[in-house]
Amino acid sequence: MEIFWFIIIAVVVTVFFILDGYDFGTGIIHLFFAKKEKDKEVISKAAGLFWDSNEVWLVAAGGLVFMAFPTLYASVFSGFYLPLIIVLWLMIFRALGLELRGQFHHPVWKSFWDTAFGVSSLLLVLFFGIALGNMARGVNLGGVEDGVSTYEAHYFFLPLWDASFSPTTTHPGVIDWFTLVIGIIAVVTLTIHGANWVVLKTQASINEQLKKVSFRLNIALALLTVFSVSIWHLIEPQPLHNYLKYPLFLIFPAIYFIGLIGQFFVLKFKKEAHAFTSSCLMIVGGISSTLATMFPTILPSTHNESPDLTIYNTATSEYGMSVAVPWIIIGLILILIYFIIQKKLNAGKIDNREYGH
Amino acid sequence: MEDMIFYDRLQFAFTITFHYIFPQLTMGLSLIILFFKGYYLKSNKEIYNDAAKFFMKIFAINFTMGVITGIPMEFQFGTNWAKFSELTGGIIGQTLAMEGTFSFFLESSFLALFIFGEKIMGQKLHFLTGFFVFLGSWASGYLILATNAWMQHPVGYEIIENGKFVLTHFGKLFSNPWLLPAFLHNQMASLVTSSFLVASIGAFYLLIKKNEAYGKLFVKTGIIFGLVSALLVAFPTGDLNAKNVAKYQPAAFAAMEGIFETEHAGAEIVLIGQPNMVEKKLDNKIAVPNVLSFLTYQNWHQQISGMDQFDKEELPDNIPALYYSYHIMVGLGTIFIGIMMVAALLLYLKKVYTFRPILWTLLLLVPFPFIANITGWYVAELGRQPYLVYGLLKTVDGVSPTVSSGNTLFTLLGFVALYLILGLLFLILVGKTIYQGPQSQKH
Repeated sequence: MEIFWFIIIAVVVTVFFILDGYDFGTGIIHLFFAKKEKDKEVISKAAGLFWDSNEVWLVAAGGLVFMAFPTLYASVFSGFYLPLIIVLWLMIFRALGLELRGQFHHPVWKSFWDTAFGVSSLLLVLFFGIALGNMARGVNLGGVEDGVSTYEAHYFFLPLWDASFSPTTTHPGVIDWFTLVIGIIAVVTLTIHGANWVVLKTQASINEQLKKVSFRLNIALALLTVFSVSIWHLIEPQPLHNYLKYPLFLIFPAIYFIGLIGQFFVLKFKKEAHAFTSSCLMIVGGISSTLATMFPTILPSTHNESPDLTIYNTATSEYGMSVAVPWIIIGLILILIYFIIQKKLNAGKIDNREYGH
Repeated sequence: MEDMIFYDRLQFAFTITFHYIFPQLTMGLSLIILFFKGYYLKSNKEIYNDAAKFFMKIFAINFTMGVITGIPMEFQFGTNWAKFSELTGGIIGQTLAMEGTFSFFLESSFLALFIFGEKIMGQKLHFLTGFFVFLGSWASGYLILATNAWMQHPVGYEIIENGKFVLTHFGKLFSNPWLLPAFLHNQMASLVTSSFLVASIGAFYLLIKKNEAYGKLFVKTGIIFGLVSALLVAFPTGDLNAKNVAKYQPAAFAAMEGIFETEHAGAEIVLIGQPNMVEKKLDNKIAVPNVLSFLTYQNWHQQISGMDQFDKEELPDNIPALYYSYHIMVGLGTIFIGIMMVAALLLYLKKVYTFRPILWTLLLLVPFPFIANITGWYVAELGRQPYLVYGLLKTVDGVSPTVSSGNTLFTLLGFVALYLILGLLFLILVGKTIYQGPQSQKH
């Protein structure tokens, strides 16, 4: 039952990063590459038409973790207090940027909200990447100082950074050089994803340029991937033990590499959708490989005094988890139906679609 | 520790108060929009379709604000109230996760369809999408109320080791006797807010002599919906709620009614007065004898327990705030009924569209239902204190064990600043939409 809910939540989270991921990526592209007003308008529309229905996946994911793994929810949300609240503020700011730019037709008004949209998208992706890095690295569960816990073993509180910026101390901060590397990987991945989305959905004048950008960033991503894999043993002494134990898990890194290699053909693809598909595969592969490396742990402890948080020691009762199975299945089917209707309605290029309430 | 609780409570109170400005409008408006769209299908008069689409624009702004301010609410369960989440997540997580999975998706997908899809779908399907928007927003309200009902009157649970609550009967979450009266009261109250807004926009158009045909339609619709919903808020839904509080939370009932001492021959109803917590009495009291006993138990001489009957630990920790919230809510509710009766009479006499005093009243009335709705929620939440889960889990035991008060104050200040900007922008956007007015199909 724990495994069922773990998979459901992992799927919902991954869908969130694919869908809202292109909104974030679109924001980064907007920030760095959109120069002409026409391009700025269609590119923000490529995110603006979709952001709110994409963000509901985050709401659903949060609710499901709360229901199925309440201890994990309580521990992680209070432990990462500051970064999470900052993420909330950034999400509000990004939404404002998207919703407000079209309300008044004055260049100063527009450039202010464009920047709000772009900068908050960039920082959000960086923070989400750092969050994934933190999950992989682990935290000082129980707030252990000199072998003594300061509070219950499943709670922690992380400062934004620790003076050493090192991932290998027993009490690391949210930002250290390892989590920063993962953050940058997230930024590069979603920038590629966003560029593919803009190319797919718009006729912006910079589309040819974006394909080249996406190609170059992909080289950087490949190097970063190799680097991160080579340092993974610093935070997890036996990074491969799950893959040796369950060889089937190798499918997840395989998905990632298919996506990554596919992305190198971005300049040759006849169909723009192919590039977008390959960046989707990278996101699916990236998240699932990280989770597969750790399974069944969700949040490791950086010392031996407190046990890791796993899907087993943070789950609610068996009854609670089973009784929710029927409604989540109905719920997911309905969501799939809405999703298809919505995609049909917004099929094709969106340049001339009316937007704004 | 005291500071900690104070800042956590203040942050939750502030963010939920601000958030609740928006859902009350979306829930009520979705029903009124559905009425306009349905009446258009029946009568084929374009003006009703224009009205439906105009209010859907206002709905959409509200919905966006509701999403933006709603996500922090969900996050705060974990960030600020971690212990509460850990202990009760297995139960209230059910209803909250259902809200995210069902109603939120329903509302957001069909809202987009309603706004962008009229030409593609045809009128009947367009009505249907409006219906799903309505269904989504009301289901959302229902599931949030189910969550709150469990906190007010816990059912279907078992407490296991470490004080954790686990679910034993899923169905009981929905057959909770607290739920239905609270839900209907809440929905009718949100309909009051929305109908007053509709009437107010109509009055505005009539006063500035712009869009007058729409102005008349909005005033008329607003008054009819406003009168009916204002009456239903008081009776039977408000009445049933008060009886539930008297039955399940007698300490909260005594505090909100301002009864310091038990009167054996029947309790009076307090109309005005200020709680004096030092001398344990009401200053400057105006009260009518025995009426409270009659309203609550249909018996003029039924004894009702006063606050003297309860331990200090059982009583709500902020009695004056609870007392004022309740009396402001009831007072405003009564004034609403009065004003809407006068307006309905003028409507019947066909004088309402030209009688400027009533138009001004309708125009300026619009903030007050928001105040009544929000103070109504304060009654529910302050009345439940000092508990998070009534009688079982104290508020002090629900906060995050690792978050310091300095951090909470920092984020509280951040929310205040951000929401100030958000509020101003909301007013600008809605104001702009109202000023532009409904767009006729013919152009």
